[in-house]
Amino acid sequence: MILDFDVIGRSLPYLWKGFLYTVELTAIASIGGLFFGTLLALARLSPFKWLSWFAAGYVNLMRSIPLVLVLFWFFFLMPQVLQLITGGERPPQIGAERTAIITFIMFEAAYFCEIMRAGIQSIARGQVHSAYALGLTYGQAMRLVILPQAFRNMIPILLTQTIILFQDTSLVYVISATDFTGAASKIAQRDGRLIEMYLFVAVVYFVLCYTLSYAVKMLQRKIAVIR
Amino acid sequence: MKFDLDWGIFFQEIPGGGETYLDLLISGLWWTLGVSACAWIIALVVGSVIGTIRTTQQPWLVRLGNAWVELFRNIPLLVQMFLWYFVVPEFIPPLKSWVVAAEPAEAQFLSAVLCLGLFTSARVAEQVRAGIQSLPRGQRSAGMAVGLTQPQVYRFVLLPMAFRIVIPPLTSETMNLIKNSSIALTIGLAELTFRSREMGEYTFHFFEAFSAATLVYIVIAMTANRVMALVERRVAVPGYIAGGAK
Repeated sequence: MILDFDVIGRSLPYLWKGFLYTVELTAIASIGGLFFGTLLALARLSPFKWLSWFAAGYVNLMRSIPLVLVLFWFFFLMPQVLQLITGGERPPQIGAERTAIITFIMFEAAYFCEIMRAGIQSIARGQVHSAYALGLTYGQAMRLVILPQAFRNMIPILLTQTIILFQDTSLVYVISATDFTGAASKIAQRDGRLIEMYLFVAVVYFVLCYTLSYAVKMLQRKIAVIR
Repeated sequence: MKFDLDWGIFFQEIPGGGETYLDLLISGLWWTLGVSACAWIIALVVGSVIGTIRTTQQPWLVRLGNAWVELFRNIPLLVQMFLWYFVVPEFIPPLKSWVVAAEPAEAQFLSAVLCLGLFTSARVAEQVRAGIQSLPRGQRSAGMAVGLTQPQVYRFVLLPMAFRIVIPPLTSETMNLIKNSSIALTIGLAELTFRSREMGEYTFHFFEAFSAATLVYIVIAMTANRVMALVERRVAVPGYIAGGAK
């Protein structure tokens, strides 16, 4: 077996493009997921029964099926739904990359919902009552009093979930989107250099994720002292 | 949206075989369950050992355990799957010659089981460590004080309680493992998700095929949940942790 690590240098620009997509997907999905996840958490905790049932049903459904299957579902359904919205003659093709972004936002929303729910429930109930007593509306109480604290309490867990998301984005491979892993895999198969490429990808992910989770651990320690 | 929904599609025969699409999905389900079960055993055994040594007083054992967990936790599962299937055999000549001679499905199965088992072992180890460390410090001291050796303290005092504590987190790890087994389709293992996509491609009835797979995953998740709840009740120590709550 002769290893030829030159293949990495040769394909670096292509790998970099894939890596940028991975980062973009992670960033958009975590911000979008956090936004919709917070809305879902508020819905789950709402006194309206049907709203909380709907949110709980969505979250439980998303959490009980594999991400690969969710990707297949969206990849197949998205053109049909878009056709319904635009009313066009043919289903519009939006490509695997954009499908992946929407899928990850929807999927991560379920996971961020559970984190935000725990965050909201960690705030003392008296604070809601105090906010109402001061004359704040529900929206104001949530936006100005509860959510900022819930968010701050959950920052380490939210960041950890984002690191997991960063790793999970590699699964867009199954719908042939070209993220970092996808780019490496394409080069690996074209040049017959599977060993070098996959080892390189593993090392890059390991170094990044290890560093990031170490940083989160340090942050957690810092926050823990303040509280 | 217009779908030509046809739920009878499951009973149609697949091209070139006496089997129906339902049989196809069921064969996928067996692979999903088989891979998950074998990987779960590896994860539980290895994870318990690694989790336990991380709570010992030997610094090099703790470091070894930590390194194990960090290694498997910081590389995406998909990349680990590729490493086990494409890369590891290249470095172990006897394994390589076996892989070349074996049926593709056997090699895929072995890679998937090792990959999922060791990946999950790191997560189980984390839970077991947390379980042991959540026990009052006095339990270890009391064990030592009555003259038990270190292994005996673990065997008779710490582990029996720790394992009961970690049952709920282990339940969710079990469900994660079953879901993660779908990633084995990337190395060609014909498990449930693979088969449902295949059925969609053959028939263009993606909606029915994915619905069936989704339903099966939900049923598996609910069953795993119930089984673990049953185990939790059976092993509960009366008056302790969940034991008192009937």
